[in-house]
Amino acid sequence: MSGENGTISARQAARLLPKARFGGPIPWVIAILIALVVVAASGGLTLCNLMQNARADLSDAVTVQIIEANPQTRSERAQAAASALASQPLVTSVRIVPEEELVTLLEPWLGTSAASQDLPIPALIDVELSGRASAKEIDQLQAALDRAVPGTKVEADSSWLRPVYNALAAVQWLALALIALVAFLTAWAVWLAARNAFTNHRETVEIIHLLGGTDRQITRVFERSVLREAAFGAGIGLALGLVIVWLVGQQFVALDSGMIGGGQLGWKDWLVIAAIPIVGVLLSLITGRITISLALRAML
Amino acid sequence: MTERASEIVKFDNVGLRYGADQEVLSDLSFTLFPGSFYFLTGASGAGKTSLLKLLYLAQRPSRGGVRMFGRDMITLPRTEFPSFRRRLGVVFQDFRLVEHLSAFDNVALPLRLAGTDEGRVLKAVNDMLDWVNLSHRAEARPETLSGGEQQRVAIARAVIARPQLLIADEPTGNVDPDMALKLLRLFEALNNRVGTTVVVATHDVQLIQKVPEPLIMRLNKGRLSDPTGALRYPPARAKTPSVPGNLFGAGDKSGGRPGDRPGDRPGDRR
Repeated sequence: MSGENGTISARQAARLLPKARFGGPIPWVIAILIALVVVAASGGLTLCNLMQNARADLSDAVTVQIIEANPQTRSERAQAAASALASQPLVTSVRIVPEEELVTLLEPWLGTSAASQDLPIPALIDVELSGRASAKEIDQLQAALDRAVPGTKVEADSSWLRPVYNALAAVQWLALALIALVAFLTAWAVWLAARNAFTNHRETVEIIHLLGGTDRQITRVFERSVLREAAFGAGIGLALGLVIVWLVGQQFVALDSGMIGGGQLGWKDWLVIAAIPIVGVLLSLITGRITISLALRAML
Repeated sequence: MTERASEIVKFDNVGLRYGADQEVLSDLSFTLFPGSFYFLTGASGAGKTSLLKLLYLAQRPSRGGVRMFGRDMITLPRTEFPSFRRRLGVVFQDFRLVEHLSAFDNVALPLRLAGTDEGRVLKAVNDMLDWVNLSHRAEARPETLSGGEQQRVAIARAVIARPQLLIADEPTGNVDPDMALKLLRLFEALNNRVGTTVVVATHDVQLIQKVPEPLIMRLNKGRLSDPTGALRYPPARAKTPSVPGNLFGAGDKSGGRPGDRPGDRPGDRR
């Protein structure tokens, strides 16, 4: 069926250029690039989830540290501090970490000397708060403790994880940068392939031009090639990327770590990943269209 | 620039050079009128093909003014060129067939680009292929056609959309005398019955002699002479002999496609 005046049907457009590959290896290049983006995006999303979950777990808790060489005094001061904390409205629960637990925690670093009375270990109190505490509220808590038990130190749990957060955020930015770089490479590859295809079919393009073909008609012919090749490449790339993500995911599952478990991808994340090949095809189409339009503008 | 409304083409002091080379065409000033039939002659290298390129809008002149169909082609935005090119039919010297398309699809190209209904394309192309004796080669690719067959496909493609201006560069160079005469009659039919202005560049003196009182534009080293008064207004219009066949229907100068007219035999082969 023919189109309106000045248009050409899809079937006719398909016949104007030979069915040769759009750019030879271009579908495979797109496949590799899309697979890279899928892996990078999955990694970035995993890190994002991991950080959010860790923040949620840690932001409403503080640790009180009591440094005292004398075990007896340290124990008494810990009890006093726990009582003072329990009376604070922001505090929901208080737990003095048993010394045996502290020794167990330190043993990997200090060895059996951790259990020795010669090495003083500070008393630690885990404090759960009713919600995320601001820096001002932490300061108020510290002031209240100082009045009851001078020399204590209140630390928000999230603060000692800040370097970890910063490192994770840096990796996230790295993933984003990788995605941007791959998007640029995809556009570049399509640009090269489109120019190559245009050069190969220049004679046909000139004939179509001289017979009254419009830029839009000619561009549409090339767009069909871009669409076919990019869709093929994007599909392969998505499949390849998902296999890699699954294999890597299996390795992390084997770690059986609570923190890693917090990084699991949700359905929204999978939607984002599923959108990657679609965005890749659209990017290829737009790049192809611009490339061919610019090449046509150089002709009369 | 004042001009008569009936002018199809008007060149005013046109010059053309490629790059920094000398001008291949110099000081061309002439007018082509609707319904006229011109021969363009000249020795090899005289600039015939360059002049035809200006006529079929493959090239802009280096200087001077060109008006076609009442519009200034020098200032015409390139986005408007396709609509003007669709009013032209061109037989290229090297045929310029699309290699991967069949003879049928090559001939159909101008109609399809213009958005013609596929049913009409089918009939018109089959009739045209029949007329140039290529019905049996409709599915053949250009590379499998002889030079003469390719030339006939090129001519069929040029005339299929009933152009207002037909430009043919050595259109009978690869065909036998009988076919050459038949093609000339086809051009005359277009000229007489559809009102197409025809410009045929040729070396073939015998072909020109087939036309009584031919209008001849002669190029010599890029400059134009007017031995027959072809470029005067009104031109010394020659009567052309009657045209065999009914491809373009007697008296029809208005519209419709070859396959639409009474007397055209149905040729749906696809």
